[in-house]
Amino acid sequence: MNNDMDTNNQPLAIKATGLVKCFGKHRAVNGIDLAIPQGTVYGFLGPNGAGKTTTMKILATLLKPDEGQAKVMGHDLIKEADAVRSRVSLTGQFASVDEDLNGIENLILIARLMGYPSRSAKKRASEILEAFGLQDAAKRQVKKYSGGMRRRLDIAASMIVRPDLLFLDEPTTGLDPRSRNQIWDIVRALVSTGTTVLLSTQYLDEADQLADRIAVIDHGKIIAEGTSGELKASVGSGVLHVRLLDPSTRDRAQQLLSEALSAPVHLSSDPVALSAQLTRTKAASEALAALDANQIEVSQFSLGQPSLDEVFLTLTGKRADSEKQKEGAKS
Amino acid sequence: MTKMRAALVEQERPPCPNGIATSLAFAWRALLKIKYIPEQLLDVTFFPVMFTLMFTYLFGGALAGSTSQYLQFLIPGILVQTVVFTTVYTGVSLNDDISKGTFDRFRSLPIWSPSPLVGALIADTVRYMIASIIVIILGLILGFRPTGSILGIIAGIVLVLIFAFSLSWIFTVIGLILQTSKAVMGISMTLLFPVTFASNIFVDPATMPGWLRTAVNINPVSLLTTAVRALMGGHTAFTEIVWVLIASAVLMLIFSPITMYLYRNKH
Repeated sequence: MNNDMDTNNQPLAIKATGLVKCFGKHRAVNGIDLAIPQGTVYGFLGPNGAGKTTTMKILATLLKPDEGQAKVMGHDLIKEADAVRSRVSLTGQFASVDEDLNGIENLILIARLMGYPSRSAKKRASEILEAFGLQDAAKRQVKKYSGGMRRRLDIAASMIVRPDLLFLDEPTTGLDPRSRNQIWDIVRALVSTGTTVLLSTQYLDEADQLADRIAVIDHGKIIAEGTSGELKASVGSGVLHVRLLDPSTRDRAQQLLSEALSAPVHLSSDPVALSAQLTRTKAASEALAALDANQIEVSQFSLGQPSLDEVFLTLTGKRADSEKQKEGAKS
Repeated sequence: MTKMRAALVEQERPPCPNGIATSLAFAWRALLKIKYIPEQLLDVTFFPVMFTLMFTYLFGGALAGSTSQYLQFLIPGILVQTVVFTTVYTGVSLNDDISKGTFDRFRSLPIWSPSPLVGALIADTVRYMIASIIVIILGLILGFRPTGSILGIIAGIVLVLIFAFSLSWIFTVIGLILQTSKAVMGISMTLLFPVTFASNIFVDPATMPGWLRTAVNINPVSLLTTAVRALMGGHTAFTEIVWVLIASAVLMLIFSPITMYLYRNKH
Protein backbone atom coordinates (compact mmCIF):
# COMPACT_ATOMS: atom_id res chain seq x y z
CA MET A 1 0.00 0.00 0.00
CA ASN A 2 1.23 3.45 -0.90
CA ASN A 3 2.16 5.62 2.04
CA ASP A 4 0.03 8.48 0.76
CA MET A 5 -3.16 6.44 0.73
CA ASP A 6 -5.46 5.74 3.61
CA THR A 7 -6.74 2.28 4.55
CA ASN A 8 -9.46 2.43 1.86
CA ASN A 9 -6.82 3.32 -0.72
CA GLN A 10 -8.08 6.89 -1.06
CA PRO A 11 -5.40 9.49 -1.77
CA LEU A 12 -4.56 11.62 1.26
CA ALA A 13 -4.68 15.42 1.33
CA ILE A 14 -2.62 15.52 4.52
CA LYS A 15 -0.38 12.89 6.02
CA ALA A 16 1.46 14.07 9.13
CA THR A 17 3.43 12.27 11.80
CA GLY A 18 4.68 13.60 15.11
CA LEU A 19 4.36 17.34 14.45
CA VAL A 20 5.83 19.43 17.27
CA LYS A 21 6.13 23.21 17.54
CA CYS A 22 7.49 24.98 20.60
CA PHE A 23 7.31 28.67 21.44
CA GLY A 24 9.96 29.00 24.11
CA LYS A 25 9.13 26.39 26.72
CA HIS A 26 5.50 26.13 25.65
CA ARG A 27 4.80 23.14 23.40
CA ALA A 28 1.98 24.62 21.31
CA VAL A 29 1.81 21.52 19.12
CA ASN A 30 2.90 18.41 20.93
CA GLY A 31 2.99 15.39 18.64
CA ILE A 32 0.14 15.52 16.14
CA ASP A 33 -0.50 12.74 13.61
CA LEU A 34 -2.99 13.20 10.80
CA ALA A 35 -4.27 11.22 7.82
CA ILE A 36 -6.94 13.22 6.00
CA PRO A 37 -8.41 11.75 2.80
CA GLN A 38 -8.91 14.05 -0.19
CA GLY A 39 -12.35 15.47 -0.86
CA THR A 40 -13.48 15.44 2.76
CA VAL A 41 -14.02 18.00 5.49
CA TYR A 42 -11.90 17.45 8.55
CA GLY A 43 -12.62 19.35 11.75
CA PHE A 44 -10.24 20.47 14.47
CA LEU A 45 -12.27 20.97 17.61
CA GLY A 46 -10.77 22.58 20.68
CA PRO A 47 -10.69 25.63 22.94
CA ASN A 48 -8.57 28.74 22.43
CA GLY A 49 -4.89 28.02 22.75
CA ALA A 50 -5.27 24.29 22.08
CA GLY A 51 -2.87 24.41 19.12
CA LYS A 52 -5.38 24.39 16.25
CA THR A 53 -4.11 27.55 14.56
CA THR A 54 -0.46 26.62 15.03
CA THR A 55 -1.05 23.21 13.44
CA MET A 56 -2.80 24.86 10.48
CA LYS A 57 0.01 27.37 10.08
CA ILE A 58 2.53 24.54 10.00
CA LEU A 59 0.51 22.69 7.35
CA ALA A 60 0.16 25.89 5.28
CA THR A 61 4.00 26.36 5.37
CA LEU A 62 3.81 29.52 7.50
CA LEU A 63 5.66 27.89 10.40
CA LYS A 64 8.37 25.28 10.34
CA PRO A 65 7.71 22.35 12.67
CA ASP A 66 10.42 21.66 15.26
CA GLU A 67 9.87 17.92 14.90
CA GLY A 68 7.91 15.56 12.72
CA GLN A 69 7.11 15.56 9.04
CA ALA A 70 4.14 15.98 6.79
CA LYS A 71 3.04 15.60 3.21
CA VAL A 72 0.38 17.95 1.91
CA MET A 73 -1.27 16.97 -1.38
CA GLY A 74 1.60 14.54 -1.85
CA HIS A 75 4.35 17.16 -1.43
CA ASP A 76 6.81 17.31 1.44
CA LEU A 77 6.03 20.29 3.63
CA ILE A 78 9.62 21.45 3.97
CA LYS A 79 11.44 20.27 0.87
CA GLU A 80 8.63 21.17 -1.51
CA ALA A 81 7.11 24.18 0.28
CA ASP A 82 6.47 26.03 -3.00
CA ALA A 83 4.57 23.08 -4.47
CA VAL A 84 2.48 22.91 -1.29
CA ARG A 85 1.76 26.66 -1.45
CA SER A 86 0.45 26.37 -4.99
CA ARG A 87 -2.08 23.71 -3.93
CA VAL A 88 -3.40 25.14 -0.63
CA SER A 89 -4.99 28.32 0.61
CA LEU A 90 -5.39 29.75 4.09
CA THR A 91 -8.01 32.00 5.59
CA GLY A 92 -6.80 33.14 8.96
CA GLN A 93 -8.60 33.48 12.24
CA PHE A 94 -8.47 37.22 11.81
CA ALA A 95 -9.69 38.01 8.33
CA SER A 96 -6.61 38.24 6.16
CA VAL A 97 -7.94 40.83 3.77
CA ASP A 98 -6.78 44.43 3.49
CA GLU A 99 -9.16 46.62 5.47
CA ASP A 100 -8.13 49.83 3.75
CA LEU A 101 -8.96 48.62 0.25
CA ASN A 102 -12.43 47.87 -1.07
CA GLY A 103 -13.79 44.41 -1.86
CA ILE A 104 -13.01 44.27 -5.55
CA GLU A 105 -9.49 45.69 -5.07
CA ASN A 106 -8.70 42.98 -2.55
CA LEU A 107 -9.72 40.28 -5.02
CA ILE A 108 -7.94 41.94 -7.96
CA LEU A 109 -4.77 42.02 -5.89
CA ILE A 110 -4.98 38.30 -5.14
CA ALA A 111 -5.88 37.50 -8.76
CA ARG A 112 -2.82 39.42 -10.00
CA LEU A 113 -0.65 37.66 -7.45
CA MET A 114 -1.99 34.32 -8.65
CA GLY A 115 -0.81 35.16 -12.16
CA TYR A 116 -3.85 36.64 -13.91
CA PRO A 117 -2.88 39.44 -16.30
CA SER A 118 -4.40 42.79 -15.36
CA ARG A 119 -7.62 42.61 -17.40
CA SER A 120 -8.55 39.01 -16.64
CA ALA A 121 -7.72 39.68 -12.99
CA LYS A 122 -10.55 42.22 -12.94
CA LYS A 123 -12.90 39.82 -14.69
CA ARG A 124 -12.11 36.95 -12.37
CA ALA A 125 -12.40 39.20 -9.28
CA SER A 126 -15.90 40.40 -10.18
CA GLU A 127 -16.97 36.87 -11.10
CA ILE A 128 -15.95 35.55 -7.67
CA LEU A 129 -17.34 38.59 -5.87
CA GLU A 130 -20.71 37.95 -7.46
CA ALA A 131 -20.60 34.23 -6.70
CA PHE A 132 -20.12 35.10 -3.04
CA GLY A 133 -22.98 37.63 -3.09
CA LEU A 134 -20.77 40.64 -2.46
CA GLN A 135 -21.20 42.53 -5.74
CA ASP A 136 -23.14 45.34 -4.01
CA ALA A 137 -20.25 45.93 -1.65
CA ALA A 138 -17.59 45.84 -4.38
CA LYS A 139 -16.65 49.51 -4.02
CA ARG A 140 -16.97 49.68 -0.26
CA GLN A 141 -13.88 49.68 1.97
CA VAL A 142 -13.55 46.37 3.79
CA LYS A 143 -13.28 48.34 7.05
CA LYS A 144 -17.00 49.04 6.67
CA TYR A 145 -18.00 45.41 6.04
CA SER A 146 -19.90 43.35 8.61
CA GLY A 147 -18.13 40.39 10.19
CA GLY A 148 -19.95 37.94 7.94
CA MET A 149 -19.15 39.87 4.75
CA ARG A 150 -15.52 40.10 5.70
CA ARG A 151 -15.37 36.36 6.25
CA ARG A 152 -17.01 35.70 2.88
CA LEU A 153 -14.58 38.04 1.15
CA ASP A 154 -11.74 36.26 2.88
CA ILE A 155 -12.92 32.87 1.62
CA ALA A 156 -13.63 34.36 -1.81
CA ALA A 157 -10.00 35.54 -1.97
CA SER A 158 -8.92 31.95 -1.36
CA MET A 159 -11.11 30.81 -4.26
CA ILE A 160 -9.69 33.06 -6.99
CA VAL A 161 -7.80 29.97 -8.02
CA ARG A 162 -9.61 27.06 -6.40
CA PRO A 163 -7.14 25.33 -4.08
CA ASP A 164 -7.02 21.56 -3.64
CA LEU A 165 -6.91 22.07 0.10
CA LEU A 166 -8.42 24.97 2.03
CA PHE A 167 -7.55 25.80 5.63
CA LEU A 168 -10.44 27.54 7.35
CA ASP A 169 -9.39 28.78 10.76
CA GLU A 170 -12.46 29.36 12.92
CA PRO A 171 -14.56 30.66 10.02
CA THR A 172 -17.64 31.51 12.09
CA THR A 173 -16.24 32.65 15.45
CA GLY A 174 -18.05 35.83 16.40
CA LEU A 175 -20.63 35.69 13.58
CA ASP A 176 -24.40 35.96 13.92
CA PRO A 177 -26.45 32.81 13.12
CA ARG A 178 -27.45 33.97 9.65
CA SER A 179 -23.89 34.70 8.54
CA ARG A 180 -22.85 31.43 10.08
CA ASN A 181 -25.34 29.55 7.92
CA GLN A 182 -24.06 31.38 4.84
CA ILE A 183 -20.52 30.30 5.61
CA TRP A 184 -21.68 26.73 6.13
CA ASP A 185 -23.39 26.76 2.73
CA ILE A 186 -20.20 28.07 1.16
CA VAL A 187 -18.15 25.30 2.75
CA ARG A 188 -20.58 22.67 1.44
CA ALA A 189 -20.41 24.17 -2.05
CA LEU A 190 -16.61 24.14 -1.96
CA VAL A 191 -16.46 20.54 -0.93
CA SER A 192 -18.86 19.56 -3.71
CA THR A 193 -16.33 20.94 -6.22
CA GLY A 194 -13.64 18.64 -4.88
CA THR A 195 -11.72 20.88 -2.49
CA THR A 196 -10.60 19.26 0.74
CA VAL A 197 -11.33 21.46 3.76
CA LEU A 198 -9.53 21.49 7.08
CA LEU A 199 -11.69 23.49 9.44
CA SER A 200 -11.02 24.54 13.00
CA THR A 201 -13.81 25.45 15.35
CA GLN A 202 -14.75 25.86 18.99
CA TYR A 203 -18.32 24.70 18.35
CA LEU A 204 -19.31 21.06 18.35
CA ASP A 205 -22.43 21.75 16.29
CA GLU A 206 -20.33 23.36 13.56
CA ALA A 207 -18.00 20.38 13.39
CA ASP A 208 -21.10 18.19 13.53
CA GLN A 209 -22.75 20.01 10.59
CA LEU A 210 -19.74 20.13 8.32
CA ALA A 211 -17.00 17.69 9.17
CA ASP A 212 -16.76 14.09 8.06
CA ARG A 213 -14.27 13.41 10.80
CA ILE A 214 -13.29 15.42 13.85
CA ALA A 215 -10.12 15.58 15.90
CA VAL A 216 -10.51 16.98 19.41
CA ILE A 217 -7.38 18.93 20.26
CA ASP A 218 -6.19 19.98 23.69
CA HIS A 219 -2.75 21.14 24.82
CA GLY A 220 -1.30 20.50 21.38
CA LYS A 221 -2.43 16.88 21.25
CA ILE A 222 -5.28 15.02 19.59
CA ILE A 223 -7.19 13.55 22.52
CA ALA A 224 -9.98 11.94 20.49
CA GLU A 225 -10.68 11.35 16.83
CA GLY A 226 -13.67 10.04 14.92
CA THR A 227 -16.94 10.90 13.24
CA SER A 228 -19.21 13.25 15.15
CA GLY A 229 -21.48 10.27 15.95
CA GLU A 230 -18.59 8.40 17.51
CA LEU A 231 -17.53 11.43 19.55
CA LYS A 232 -21.02 12.11 20.81
CA ALA A 233 -21.49 8.48 21.77
CA SER A 234 -18.37 8.76 23.91
CA VAL A 235 -19.89 11.76 25.67
CA GLY A 236 -23.16 10.03 26.51
CA SER A 237 -26.74 11.08 25.86
CA GLY A 238 -26.28 14.67 26.80
CA VAL A 239 -26.45 16.72 29.92
CA LEU A 240 -29.13 17.44 32.49
CA HIS A 241 -29.16 21.07 33.66
CA VAL A 242 -31.13 21.85 36.82
CA ARG A 243 -31.87 25.19 38.50
CA LEU A 244 -33.12 25.20 42.07
CA LEU A 245 -35.38 27.69 43.81
CA ASP A 246 -33.30 27.79 46.96
CA PRO A 247 -29.48 27.86 46.77
CA SER A 248 -29.18 26.32 50.25
CA THR A 249 -30.58 23.04 48.92
CA ARG A 250 -27.85 22.67 46.32
CA ASP A 251 -25.51 20.40 48.30
CA ARG A 252 -28.31 17.99 49.05
CA ALA A 253 -29.45 18.12 45.42
CA GLN A 254 -25.92 17.36 44.24
CA GLN A 255 -25.82 14.26 46.43
CA LEU A 256 -29.24 13.04 45.24
CA LEU A 257 -28.47 13.60 41.59
CA SER A 258 -25.15 11.83 41.72
CA GLU A 259 -26.82 8.83 43.37
CA ALA A 260 -29.65 8.75 40.85
CA LEU A 261 -27.42 9.23 37.81
CA SER A 262 -24.34 7.44 39.10
CA ALA A 263 -22.27 10.22 37.49
CA PRO A 264 -20.34 13.21 38.86
CA VAL A 265 -22.50 16.33 39.26
CA HIS A 266 -20.97 19.63 38.30
CA LEU A 267 -21.72 22.82 40.30
CA SER A 268 -21.84 25.88 38.11
CA SER A 269 -20.77 29.36 39.23
CA ASP A 270 -24.47 30.25 39.42
CA PRO A 271 -25.36 29.28 43.05
CA VAL A 272 -28.64 27.58 42.08
CA ALA A 273 -27.43 25.63 39.04
CA LEU A 274 -26.10 22.08 38.66
CA SER A 275 -25.42 19.85 35.70
CA ALA A 276 -24.56 16.20 35.15
CA GLN A 277 -23.73 13.84 32.31
CA LEU A 278 -26.37 11.33 31.31
CA THR A 279 -25.60 7.83 30.18
CA ARG A 280 -29.23 7.23 29.25
CA THR A 281 -32.01 9.76 28.76
CA LYS A 282 -34.47 7.99 31.06
CA ALA A 283 -32.22 8.54 34.07
CA ALA A 284 -33.12 12.25 33.88
CA SER A 285 -36.74 11.72 34.91
CA GLU A 286 -35.70 9.40 37.72
CA ALA A 287 -33.25 12.00 39.00
CA LEU A 288 -35.90 14.75 38.94
CA ALA A 289 -38.30 12.46 40.76
CA ALA A 290 -35.67 11.91 43.45
CA LEU A 291 -35.39 15.68 43.97
CA ASP A 292 -39.16 16.00 44.16
CA ALA A 293 -39.40 13.17 46.70
CA ASN A 294 -36.94 15.07 48.93
CA GLN A 295 -38.86 18.36 48.72
CA ILE A 296 -36.18 20.11 46.73
CA GLU A 297 -37.93 22.57 44.46
CA VAL A 298 -36.72 22.90 40.89
CA SER A 299 -37.35 26.17 39.07
CA GLN A 300 -36.09 25.00 35.68
CA PHE A 301 -34.55 21.97 34.06
CA SER A 302 -33.36 21.10 30.57
CA LEU A 303 -31.71 18.31 28.62
CA GLY A 304 -28.82 19.58 26.54
CA GLN A 305 -27.02 18.20 23.54
CA PRO A 306 -23.44 17.51 24.44
CA SER A 307 -21.49 20.73 23.91
CA LEU A 308 -17.78 21.17 23.32
CA ASP A 309 -17.53 21.79 27.02
CA GLU A 310 -19.04 18.41 27.77
CA VAL A 311 -16.90 16.64 25.22
CA PHE A 312 -13.95 18.13 27.02
CA LEU A 313 -15.27 17.28 30.43
CA THR A 314 -15.64 13.69 29.39
CA LEU A 315 -12.37 13.40 27.52
CA THR A 316 -10.09 15.31 29.84
CA GLY A 317 -11.96 15.44 33.13
CA LYS A 318 -11.80 19.24 33.10
CA ARG A 319 -13.82 21.96 31.52
CA ALA A 320 -12.82 23.58 28.25
CA ASP A 321 -13.62 27.09 29.43
CA SER A 322 -11.10 26.95 32.26
CA GLU A 323 -8.58 26.95 29.44
CA LYS A 324 -10.20 30.00 27.92
CA GLN A 325 -10.08 31.85 31.23
CA LYS A 326 -6.40 31.11 31.51
CA GLU A 327 -5.91 32.51 28.00
CA GLY A 328 -7.90 35.56 28.98
CA ALA A 329 -5.81 36.13 32.07
CA LYS A 330 -2.63 35.89 30.02
CA SER A 331 -3.57 38.50 27.46
CA MET B 1 -25.06 28.13 -4.65
CA THR B 2 -25.17 26.89 -8.26
CA LYS B 3 -23.65 30.19 -9.32
CA MET B 4 -20.91 29.71 -6.80
CA ARG B 5 -20.24 26.17 -7.95
CA ALA B 6 -20.06 27.37 -11.54
CA ALA B 7 -17.61 30.13 -10.63
CA LEU B 8 -15.44 27.64 -8.80
CA VAL B 9 -15.49 24.81 -11.30
CA GLU B 10 -15.26 26.57 -14.65
CA GLN B 11 -11.84 28.06 -14.56
CA GLU B 12 -8.49 27.68 -16.17
CA ARG B 13 -5.46 28.07 -13.99
CA PRO B 14 -3.56 31.24 -14.85
CA PRO B 15 0.13 30.95 -15.71
CA CYS B 16 2.58 31.15 -12.81
CA PRO B 17 3.31 34.81 -12.01
CA ASN B 18 6.87 36.15 -12.10
CA GLY B 19 8.57 38.16 -9.39
CA ILE B 20 8.29 41.46 -11.27
CA ALA B 21 4.55 41.07 -11.83
CA THR B 22 3.88 40.22 -8.19
CA SER B 23 6.09 43.06 -6.92
CA LEU B 24 4.20 45.49 -9.14
CA ALA B 25 0.89 44.13 -7.86
CA PHE B 26 2.06 44.89 -4.31
CA ALA B 27 3.21 48.36 -5.36
CA TRP B 28 -0.26 48.93 -6.83
CA ARG B 29 -1.76 47.94 -3.49
CA ALA B 30 0.45 50.38 -1.56
CA LEU B 31 -0.37 53.22 -3.94
CA LEU B 32 -4.12 52.51 -3.60
CA LYS B 33 -3.65 53.16 0.09
CA ILE B 34 -2.62 56.74 -0.62
CA LYS B 35 -6.05 57.13 -2.25
CA TYR B 36 -7.81 55.91 0.90
CA ILE B 37 -5.49 57.42 3.51
CA PRO B 38 -4.36 60.72 2.00
CA GLU B 39 -3.16 61.77 5.47
CA GLN B 40 -0.03 59.76 4.68
CA LEU B 41 0.95 62.53 2.31
CA LEU B 42 0.49 65.17 4.99
CA ASP B 43 3.79 64.25 6.61
CA VAL B 44 5.48 64.38 3.26
CA THR B 45 4.15 67.87 2.57
CA PHE B 46 3.84 69.46 5.98
CA PHE B 47 7.25 68.57 7.33
CA PRO B 48 9.38 70.10 4.58
CA VAL B 49 7.21 73.20 4.38
CA MET B 50 7.55 73.75 8.12
CA PHE B 51 11.28 73.14 8.22
CA THR B 52 12.01 75.28 5.20
CA LEU B 53 10.01 78.23 6.51
CA MET B 54 11.39 77.94 10.03
CA PHE B 55 15.03 77.68 9.10
CA THR B 56 14.88 80.21 6.31
CA TYR B 57 13.15 82.98 8.21
CA LEU B 58 14.29 82.29 11.80
CA PHE B 59 17.94 81.41 11.23
CA GLY B 60 18.60 82.17 7.57
CA GLY B 61 19.52 85.82 8.03
CA ALA B 62 21.87 85.10 10.94
CA LEU B 63 23.49 82.11 9.26
CA ALA B 64 23.99 83.31 5.70
CA GLY B 65 23.57 87.07 5.85
CA SER B 66 20.20 87.03 4.10
CA THR B 67 17.24 84.67 3.80
CA SER B 68 17.48 84.46 0.01
CA GLN B 69 21.14 83.46 0.18
CA TYR B 70 20.38 80.87 2.84
CA LEU B 71 17.64 79.33 0.62
CA GLN B 72 20.21 78.48 -2.07
CA PHE B 73 22.12 76.54 0.58
CA LEU B 74 19.15 75.03 2.42
CA ILE B 75 16.82 73.66 -0.28
CA PRO B 76 19.03 70.76 -1.47
CA GLY B 77 19.53 69.85 2.21
CA ILE B 78 15.82 70.00 3.03
CA LEU B 79 15.21 67.74 0.04
CA VAL B 80 17.59 65.18 1.54
CA GLN B 81 16.11 65.51 5.03
CA THR B 82 12.51 65.20 3.87
CA VAL B 83 13.09 62.08 1.85
CA VAL B 84 15.26 60.50 4.55
CA PHE B 85 12.48 61.05 7.11
CA THR B 86 9.89 59.63 4.74
CA THR B 87 11.74 56.30 4.70
CA VAL B 88 10.50 55.66 8.26
CA TYR B 89 7.01 55.03 6.89
CA THR B 90 8.26 51.95 5.09
CA GLY B 91 8.92 50.30 8.46
CA VAL B 92 5.73 51.63 10.03
CA SER B 93 3.44 50.38 7.27
CA LEU B 94 5.18 46.99 7.14
CA ASN B 95 4.65 46.59 10.87
CA ASP B 96 0.96 47.52 10.48
CA ASP B 97 0.49 44.94 7.76
CA ILE B 98 2.01 42.18 9.84
CA SER B 99 -0.01 42.95 12.95
CA LYS B 100 -3.22 42.83 10.89
CA GLY B 101 -2.67 39.31 9.55
CA THR B 102 -2.71 40.39 5.89
CA PHE B 103 0.84 39.17 5.53
CA ASP B 104 -0.08 35.63 6.58
CA ARG B 105 -2.03 35.28 3.39
CA PHE B 106 0.74 36.78 1.27
CA ARG B 107 3.26 34.45 2.84
CA SER B 108 1.12 31.40 2.05
CA LEU B 109 0.90 32.32 -1.66
CA PRO B 110 3.10 30.61 -4.26
CA ILE B 111 4.95 33.83 -5.16
CA TRP B 112 8.53 35.08 -5.12
CA SER B 113 8.78 35.66 -1.39
CA PRO B 114 10.44 39.13 -1.28
CA SER B 115 7.80 40.61 -3.61
CA PRO B 116 5.53 42.11 -0.88
CA LEU B 117 8.55 44.02 0.45
CA VAL B 118 9.95 45.00 -2.92
CA GLY B 119 6.48 46.14 -4.01
CA ALA B 120 6.09 48.28 -0.92
CA LEU B 121 9.50 49.85 -1.54
CA ILE B 122 8.62 50.63 -5.16
CA ALA B 123 5.51 52.44 -3.94
CA ASP B 124 7.54 54.25 -1.31
CA THR B 125 9.89 55.47 -4.02
CA VAL B 126 6.87 57.08 -5.66
CA ARG B 127 6.13 58.73 -2.33
CA TYR B 128 9.73 60.00 -2.08
CA MET B 129 9.38 61.42 -5.56
CA ILE B 130 6.24 63.32 -4.56
CA ALA B 131 8.08 64.67 -1.50
CA SER B 132 11.03 65.78 -3.67
CA ILE B 133 8.81 67.60 -6.12
CA ILE B 134 7.02 69.43 -3.32
CA VAL B 135 10.31 70.59 -1.80
CA ILE B 136 11.69 71.83 -5.13
CA ILE B 137 8.48 73.69 -6.01
CA LEU B 138 8.29 75.25 -2.55
CA GLY B 139 11.92 76.30 -2.89
CA LEU B 140 11.32 77.87 -6.29
CA ILE B 141 8.37 79.82 -4.91
CA LEU B 142 10.43 81.17 -1.98
CA GLY B 143 13.31 82.19 -4.23
CA PHE B 144 15.56 79.15 -4.68
CA ARG B 145 17.35 79.66 -8.01
CA PRO B 146 19.48 76.64 -8.91
CA THR B 147 22.29 77.52 -11.28
CA GLY B 148 22.55 73.96 -12.61
CA SER B 149 20.58 72.54 -15.51
CA ILE B 150 17.28 70.66 -15.30
CA LEU B 151 19.30 67.50 -15.79
CA GLY B 152 21.41 68.37 -12.77
CA ILE B 153 18.31 68.83 -10.63
CA ILE B 154 16.87 65.52 -11.84
CA ALA B 155 20.18 63.77 -11.21
CA GLY B 156 20.17 65.18 -7.67
CA ILE B 157 16.68 63.84 -7.04
CA VAL B 158 17.57 60.44 -8.48
CA LEU B 159 20.60 60.21 -6.19
CA VAL B 160 18.38 61.01 -3.19
CA LEU B 161 15.90 58.31 -4.27
CA ILE B 162 18.65 55.70 -4.61
CA PHE B 163 19.93 56.47 -1.13
CA ALA B 164 16.40 56.48 0.35
CA PHE B 165 15.54 53.13 -1.24
CA SER B 166 18.66 51.60 0.33
CA LEU B 167 18.10 53.28 3.68
CA SER B 168 14.52 51.92 3.80
CA TRP B 169 15.86 48.42 4.42
CA ILE B 170 17.02 49.52 7.88
CA PHE B 171 13.45 50.44 8.68
CA THR B 172 12.02 47.21 7.32
CA VAL B 173 14.31 45.43 9.80
CA ILE B 174 13.08 47.66 12.65
CA GLY B 175 9.49 47.18 11.45
CA LEU B 176 9.89 43.40 11.62
CA ILE B 177 11.57 43.33 15.04
CA LEU B 178 9.35 45.67 17.05
CA GLN B 179 5.83 44.85 18.24
CA THR B 180 3.89 48.02 17.45
CA SER B 181 4.05 50.63 14.72
CA LYS B 182 4.26 53.36 17.37
CA ALA B 183 7.47 51.83 18.68
CA VAL B 184 8.81 51.63 15.12
CA MET B 185 8.06 55.31 14.64
CA GLY B 186 9.65 56.26 17.96
CA ILE B 187 12.89 54.33 17.51
CA SER B 188 13.30 55.33 13.88
CA MET B 189 12.86 59.03 14.61
CA THR B 190 15.33 58.78 17.50
CA LEU B 191 17.84 57.35 15.05
CA LEU B 192 17.15 59.83 12.28
CA PHE B 193 17.16 63.10 14.20
CA PRO B 194 20.86 63.00 15.15
CA VAL B 195 21.80 61.60 11.74
CA THR B 196 20.10 64.41 9.83
CA PHE B 197 21.00 67.24 12.22
CA ALA B 198 24.63 66.20 12.68
CA SER B 199 25.15 66.89 9.01
CA ASN B 200 25.75 69.83 6.73
CA ILE B 201 22.04 70.19 5.86
CA PHE B 202 21.46 73.33 7.92
CA VAL B 203 24.89 74.81 8.57
CA ASP B 204 28.41 74.67 7.25
CA PRO B 205 30.35 72.40 9.65
CA ALA B 206 33.41 74.73 9.57
CA THR B 207 32.57 76.23 12.99
CA MET B 208 31.92 72.88 14.70
CA PRO B 209 34.42 71.34 17.16
CA GLY B 210 36.93 69.07 15.43
CA TRP B 211 35.57 65.70 16.57
CA LEU B 212 32.04 66.63 15.51
CA ARG B 213 33.26 68.01 12.21
CA THR B 214 34.91 64.67 11.46
CA ALA B 215 31.68 62.82 12.26
CA VAL B 216 29.62 65.23 10.18
CA ASN B 217 31.95 64.96 7.22
CA ILE B 218 31.77 61.17 7.02
CA ASN B 219 28.01 61.09 7.65
CA PRO B 220 26.48 59.72 4.41
CA VAL B 221 23.70 62.29 4.76
CA SER B 222 26.34 65.08 4.52
CA LEU B 223 27.95 63.42 1.51
CA LEU B 224 24.55 63.12 -0.14
CA THR B 225 23.72 66.75 0.64
CA THR B 226 27.04 67.96 -0.78
CA ALA B 227 26.51 65.87 -3.91
CA VAL B 228 22.96 67.18 -4.42
CA ARG B 229 24.06 70.80 -3.83
CA ALA B 230 26.79 70.38 -6.40
CA LEU B 231 24.49 68.75 -8.96
CA MET B 232 21.87 71.49 -8.55
CA GLY B 233 24.59 74.15 -8.63
CA GLY B 234 25.79 73.00 -12.03
CA HIS B 235 28.88 70.96 -11.18
CA THR B 236 29.56 67.36 -10.25
CA ALA B 237 30.91 66.33 -6.85
CA PHE B 238 32.28 63.11 -8.19
CA THR B 239 33.86 61.78 -4.97
CA GLU B 240 30.70 62.40 -2.94
CA ILE B 241 28.49 60.71 -5.54
CA VAL B 242 30.68 57.63 -5.50
CA TRP B 243 30.64 57.54 -1.69
CA VAL B 244 26.85 57.88 -1.60
CA LEU B 245 26.51 55.00 -4.06
CA ILE B 246 28.91 52.88 -1.98
CA ALA B 247 26.99 53.69 1.23
CA SER B 248 23.72 52.77 -0.52
CA ALA B 249 25.13 49.47 -1.71
CA VAL B 250 26.50 48.63 1.75
CA LEU B 251 23.14 49.43 3.42
CA MET B 252 21.33 47.21 0.91
CA LEU B 253 23.82 44.36 1.22
CA ILE B 254 23.60 44.33 5.00
CA PHE B 255 19.94 45.06 5.67
CA SER B 256 18.05 43.42 2.82
CA PRO B 257 19.23 39.87 3.73
CA ILE B 258 18.42 40.55 7.41
CA THR B 259 14.97 41.79 6.39
CA MET B 260 14.35 38.68 4.30
CA TYR B 261 15.52 36.39 7.08
CA LEU B 262 13.23 38.05 9.63
CA TYR B 263 10.35 38.11 7.17
CA ARG B 264 10.57 34.41 6.41
CA ASN B 265 10.83 33.40 10.05
CA LYS B 266 8.28 35.80 11.51
CA HIS B 267 5.33 34.27 13.33
